[in-house]
Amino acid sequence: MADTRTTGIPSKVTQGSQTKGGIGESTLRPDGILKVTGEFAYSSDMWHEDMLWGQILRSTVAHAEIVSIDTSEALATSGVYAVLTYEDLPTEVKNYGLEIQDTPVLAHGKVRHHGEPVALVAADHPETARRAAAKIKVEYKELPVITDEASATAPDAVLVHENRDDHHSGHVPHPNIVHRQPIIRGDVAKARERADVIVEGEYTFGMQDQAFLGPESGLAVPSEDGGVDLYVATQWLHSDLKQIAPVLGLPEDKVRMTLSGVGGAFGGREDLSMQIHACLLALRTGKPVKIVYNRFESFFGHVHRHPAKLYYEHGATKDGKLTHMKCKIVLDGGAYASASPAVVGNASSLSVGPYVIDDVDIEAIALYSNNPPCGAMRGFGAVQACFAYEAQMDKLADKLGMDRVEFRRLNAMEQGTIMPTGQPVDSPAPVAELLRRIKAMPLPPERQWESSEGADVRQLPGGLSNTTHGEGVVRGVGYAVGIKNVGFSEGFDDYSTAKVRMEVIAGEPVATVHTAMAEVGQGGVTVHAQIARTELGVHQVTIHPADTQVGSAGSTSASRQTYVTGGAVKNACELVREKVLEIGRRKMGTYHPAWATAELLLEGGKVVTDGGEVLADIVDVLEDEVVELEEEWRHRPTEAFDLTTGQGNGHVQYSFAAHRAVVEVDTELGLVKVIELACAQDVGKALNPLSVIGQIQGGTTQGLGVAVMEEIIVDPKTAKVRNPSFTDYLIPTILDTPTIPVDVLELADQHAPYGLRGIGEAPTLSSTPAVLAAIRNATGLELNKTPVRPEHLTGS
Amino acid sequence: MDFLRPASWEEALAAKAEHPTAVPIAGGTDVMVEINFDHRRPEYLLDLNRIGDLGEWEVGEKTVRLGASVPYTKIMEHLRGELPGLALASHTVASPQIRNRGGVGGNLGTASPAGDAHPALLSSGCEVEVESAARGVRMIPIDEFYLGVKRNALQADELIRAVHLPKADGPQQFSKVGTRNAMVIAVCAFGIALHPETRTVRTGIGSAAPTPVRAKEAEAFLAAALEEGGFWENGKIITPSVAKQFADLCSAACNPIDDVRGTASYRRHAVGIMARRTLGWAWESYRGQSARTEGVA
Repeated sequence: MADTRTTGIPSKVTQGSQTKGGIGESTLRPDGILKVTGEFAYSSDMWHEDMLWGQILRSTVAHAEIVSIDTSEALATSGVYAVLTYEDLPTEVKNYGLEIQDTPVLAHGKVRHHGEPVALVAADHPETARRAAAKIKVEYKELPVITDEASATAPDAVLVHENRDDHHSGHVPHPNIVHRQPIIRGDVAKARERADVIVEGEYTFGMQDQAFLGPESGLAVPSEDGGVDLYVATQWLHSDLKQIAPVLGLPEDKVRMTLSGVGGAFGGREDLSMQIHACLLALRTGKPVKIVYNRFESFFGHVHRHPAKLYYEHGATKDGKLTHMKCKIVLDGGAYASASPAVVGNASSLSVGPYVIDDVDIEAIALYSNNPPCGAMRGFGAVQACFAYEAQMDKLADKLGMDRVEFRRLNAMEQGTIMPTGQPVDSPAPVAELLRRIKAMPLPPERQWESSEGADVRQLPGGLSNTTHGEGVVRGVGYAVGIKNVGFSEGFDDYSTAKVRMEVIAGEPVATVHTAMAEVGQGGVTVHAQIARTELGVHQVTIHPADTQVGSAGSTSASRQTYVTGGAVKNACELVREKVLEIGRRKMGTYHPAWATAELLLEGGKVVTDGGEVLADIVDVLEDEVVELEEEWRHRPTEAFDLTTGQGNGHVQYSFAAHRAVVEVDTELGLVKVIELACAQDVGKALNPLSVIGQIQGGTTQGLGVAVMEEIIVDPKTAKVRNPSFTDYLIPTILDTPTIPVDVLELADQHAPYGLRGIGEAPTLSSTPAVLAAIRNATGLELNKTPVRPEHLTGS
Repeated sequence: MDFLRPASWEEALAAKAEHPTAVPIAGGTDVMVEINFDHRRPEYLLDLNRIGDLGEWEVGEKTVRLGASVPYTKIMEHLRGELPGLALASHTVASPQIRNRGGVGGNLGTASPAGDAHPALLSSGCEVEVESAARGVRMIPIDEFYLGVKRNALQADELIRAVHLPKADGPQQFSKVGTRNAMVIAVCAFGIALHPETRTVRTGIGSAAPTPVRAKEAEAFLAAALEEGGFWENGKIITPSVAKQFADLCSAACNPIDDVRGTASYRRHAVGIMARRTLGWAWESYRGQSARTEGVA
């Protein structure tokens, strides 16, 4: 600093610091007003002249052999153009799947879960298609259902999948186990001897649904070259493409995919839904085919969050230091693998939570069963673990007579901590600080329902249903903190691609950003424009629609898109900037010595030196030249976890959030009102602070949902879903959503673009156990299951 | 499916006589859900929306004649004084959008035990005005209206025109348990109306039996206890043991099932709690010692 002053150079300008609408500003999302006013075109709004409507016939039973399928009556229905079954699949590739290709496009000889696709109909009207599908006669011979660990691993258990040859089949203890990941570190037996207190617990986590508001939908249009154009709401275009093309028998370049308006995802669109079905019908009939699920079908049309049983043992010394942890986590993956293996990897590697425990013995498995298939959902394995280990932390603190927050802070991990996988945490991990911050926030006032007019029922448990005017109401406060990995782990090549173009349009420099990133509501398109403004110093940025005409952007999941595709956009912009400057040097280098000697930036549509001197307008540099390039970008590589010890540098980055829940419980009726859910989270760098708050509040609310109401209920006798509707699968309304004060920390991760940290999932983890802890605090009940239902609180 | 659009009540009755399977539709908040999910495929839909009189109400000296299609929102806004129990129940119906469309006629036509209006209708002691082209008007006492699960006393050629509710002569209360704080279907519900003029108490229980039911034993017990202790005159606080006995009898009037929304034993328990609390609020109000105990919404 002293040097720069003495040489008289003005204060240094950094790239992007002078351009408006760049990173760090809360620029507004381009789709915001359209969505609020109902004008946004979702995938279900698409229409094509002469299009047909596709309908899927789904199994009415969970586990059965298919004896026969008779499509004759459906085919004879006026208005029906095609009826397809397994027999009509055009190639030898008849299955798909994210990691293991075990999911039949259409059932072959057997159905393995309630609602499995059996046949397809295309007709000129959706009602005709629906009625024709109902005329297809399927004869089932029912098989016993596998519904839990005991029935899956019994000696005489029916195998959900016979003759497995996938890459996990060799190391699993039973063919009805998809994947098993142990993690062994230290010496639990020896560490256990040092423990003054030991706490055990058995926890149950219910099956949560993503409950995105826009049901699965898309439009497949056959093209003259024998290919198909598919417009669809998805989370990852290129992963879809890789699974679709082989089933259709088409090269990937003949299946052209374009993202259409996505109404939420939360993991539920990572697997295919209607994509192949619409394409098959379009190619068979030669007409555009649209498929739109209704809400009922949507509950069967995507994977859910794994329900789980978790068995934990922790020990601690009397001065409050954790000695060891043993756990077994049983995730129910349902009938098909989906993302189960990766969920197992997450659940095991994050099962200790954000704490320092050197001696651990961990095992996580995912079952094959006849329950609905489960896969990706916001929090991905870390959610279930957090629910259990946070309950354990409270039990330990209570047993030691310590403050629950101070006990956590005493054992909190920090930068430099070694994970149970042996991986060092090499960026900030402010766990103790997050806990300190939520505890320091002022508590909401007591008895807020009281007013001069009487009781304001909106502020009370039961809300508008007028169940209490204060009777039986007890307040409780609970704390929780969690750890989530960011990005795809375990050695996956988790890259993103960005194509960036810079040109002069109507006398102004314009940047175009083209990626295949699925905008599912997270605000990625907003952030891409901000990055382009910062890196290219322009105001006008066009975001090209996401499609497969550019390389993969990976999945919109794992809190990864701002990090990875954002990183790819940043990288591509930097390369474009260099090219623009090269052109400038070539054309104008002789006009001013700074072209050769200074560090040059693009700011406000101009080429400037890092001292702030303007050298040229970008318009004059480019004239009619266009700079465009497409580049892949990768974060640091990761490694697989060892199959017996679980050791390996498996994760890219970690993300931390902490919550304090304040609830009021009507202890007589068992009804809960969450009054406040305060959150503190480290985001590394808030690229768009408003979007950051939105993500944290949304994740918090989704965690609240599974704490007190959200659960897909499956009949254990039949494995059939009992509540596939928004009448009986409840998600929080605005009256259930509390005040959510958010405290954002920005401690840069030097390995990540701009120091940012993926943020979308962490708040979903700690929200649920914080609410449970608060309800336990209010009621004194143990409550080892989520969601909490009224009868759990009243004992009736 | 044929869509019949009568321009008058007489035309509607004629259409219903000609097509007894026709399903009447007004707000459509129930019928359309059934149709959209293909749970029901009626041959004819009988649209009642052109008959303006169904959306109107008249406040008489003793009763309110409430048109079958008067939306819940209007009941909340305009009839809170005359029909406090029904107004409270209306407030718990679904969302504002649904409350702007749906009315009591739909609840009665569907006769689901979970319909939010039923406990208030039962406790009010109302009559349902139905009519057919062949036989004219018939008044069905609410106690005789619900026959079974989603079955009511309507003949195939009859339409519900209005409900005649006695204006409240004493405090009324309504309470409903759902596992969400708004926009939720009832796990169970309870309505109570004090009738100081006749020195009676009426109740209504929702979602805790195959039909909406009254807790008649509880009503009789409470009426006797109030009479015996001179409570109507002296306005004393109801003793906890009386309130408990009343609550227990209300629980006992339930005949619930286990389903995805709740267990049978929870429903019995919750009805008892709601009975005790709503009696307490209603009685406090009767005693005039509390400025307002209905709950502010």
